[in-house]
Amino acid sequence: MIELLSTDRCIGCDRCVDVCPTDVFDRVPGTVPVIARQGDCQTCFLCEAWCPVDALWVAAERTPLAAPPAEDDVALGSYRAALGWGQGRTPGARIAIGPPLIHEPGDPPGPPLV
Amino acid sequence: MLELETDVLVAGGGPAGTWAALRAADAGADVVLVDKGWCGASGATAASGTSVWYVEPDADARETAMAAREGLGGYLSDRGWMARVLDETYAGVNELADRGRYPFPRDDEGREIRRGVQGPEYMRRMRTLVRRAGVRILDHSPLTRLLTTVDGVVAGAAGTRRQVGVDYRVRAGAVVLATGGCAFGSGALGCDVDTGDGALAAAEVGAHLSGMEFSNAYAIAPAHSSVTKTAYYSYASFYRADGTILEGAGSTRGRSVIARTLLDEPVLCRLDHAGPTEQTAMRRGQPNFFLPFDRAGIDPFRDLFEITLIAEGTVRGTGGIALAAPDCATGVPGLYAAGDAASRENICGGFTGGGSHNAAWALSSGSWAGRAAAAHALAGGRPYPTTGAGPVPSGPTPVRDVVSAVQAEVLPYDINLIRHGDRLGPALERLDGVWDTVREGLDGGSWRAREAAAMTAVARWMYTAALAREESRGMHKREDRPGSDPAWQRRIAVGGLDEVWVAA
Repeated sequence: MIELLSTDRCIGCDRCVDVCPTDVFDRVPGTVPVIARQGDCQTCFLCEAWCPVDALWVAAERTPLAAPPAEDDVALGSYRAALGWGQGRTPGARIAIGPPLIHEPGDPPGPPLV
Repeated sequence: MLELETDVLVAGGGPAGTWAALRAADAGADVVLVDKGWCGASGATAASGTSVWYVEPDADARETAMAAREGLGGYLSDRGWMARVLDETYAGVNELADRGRYPFPRDDEGREIRRGVQGPEYMRRMRTLVRRAGVRILDHSPLTRLLTTVDGVVAGAAGTRRQVGVDYRVRAGAVVLATGGCAFGSGALGCDVDTGDGALAAAEVGAHLSGMEFSNAYAIAPAHSSVTKTAYYSYASFYRADGTILEGAGSTRGRSVIARTLLDEPVLCRLDHAGPTEQTAMRRGQPNFFLPFDRAGIDPFRDLFEITLIAEGTVRGTGGIALAAPDCATGVPGLYAAGDAASRENICGGFTGGGSHNAAWALSSGSWAGRAAAAHALAGGRPYPTTGAGPVPSGPTPVRDVVSAVQAEVLPYDINLIRHGDRLGPALERLDGVWDTVREGLDGGSWRAREAAAMTAVARWMYTAALAREESRGMHKREDRPGSDPAWQRRIAVGGLDEVWVAA
């Protein structure tokens, strides 16, 4: 679930308010958005992907953590980097050639997953 | 109230909805697209990634592709539809590469490999294409009902712009429902918006459904996470809590063994059949697969981790709105259906369409529905007929209670995945009781009340069809009816809301 919105990094573009498919964030007049409905987060990580300044962090857990982690303890922006989104990066899709698909261990491998 | 008039209204902004909107706009129609979330991030594809049933136009390759899954699907698919989907998908994916500038990877000879897409990249390109085509997008605008003329012709839709608290009414010459399947709020990746809204709206105006017994797909995920990406588990071994191998468990054929074990004890997993080369390729191929591991400090190639099975309902099942014609018409004038909202039996039969087939279906059915809706609307012409009165105010629905009550019947492995008439029957009776609660809040209720009602309706159609199919076929496996019966090599239609009906 969404756990962090770094008010230091956030530039107040409200992109997360727009893109979140489950409407977790709220605009706040005059300042940066807030995580308003954490319980509605579906842990899809897309807010992180779209945030232009890597100000968001989504934990792997589908339920809220006891307390949000410290900003320094998490890899802010790591998913956006893995997707190759952002200035000067190669889109991850360009190199997304996975291993061959096998149906069960022991089966002959199929063509590579893309 | 926001009042709009357009030629084609598309509900849903995932792959099927964006292809529908694009094709309708290309055909000269004015198009409005409404999405419950945000077109580009909504739905099962945007959060994930998928292979695509993209096959070169070579007779042998196409024949092999079509034959591959016919048996798994219980011979309920249709060669004519399959061939059309292969043609349309090949053209559409090539267009995504050229017009959409999608950055496909290249093979050793420099040729693009177009058999798969990353979800976030695919859907941001589709949003761009749709906007460039002049489509008006209303994000965060869940549909609450279809508008019809007194003659029962679909003439638009109404809904709510949830971020501004204003209702909308869009009068339209035709409507395409591309609202996705129904995953019952199970937590499957990106699927919380997939609550069966389109199926409910379609049934209210007289459309029916098909293949609803094939709606019990379950995906493997790390137990703590939402990431239901199953392909890489073909490299896994499965273990009991004491570290001994779980015999017979597997990511495809052995998934029911995992389910049966999970009823009583945890199941652990490790991707121990992947060597260093495969491990590197996996990270390149599906970066989001590793998020739940990296962020929880798990090395999935070395550590044992607990897994679960998460229901994916009709998203990766094949049931949905029945199509009456090759152009994705539903049989209700002015109404078309596409993507996971529609039945995918035509290409999948009774086997999961998850991955390549659903992706190809979304592109193809969306394209056909968009073109047909544009032709239908432009043939009629404006002004489009005004419609009947708006929603009627009524009592509130206890949304969370209803959703929990539905989930209690559709998520358990021993009701939905491992099926038996003795368990399906009582579950259906309880769901009928839930319907009595939700139907009070159906007219004029909030969009959340509509979601709860839609999940209830989908669950009732699912189990009605599952009880009607007195055999095992495709993903529908009944302990009390093992084996397939040749007499049941036919499709089952269901419909109705207060009175659910079934026709086989």
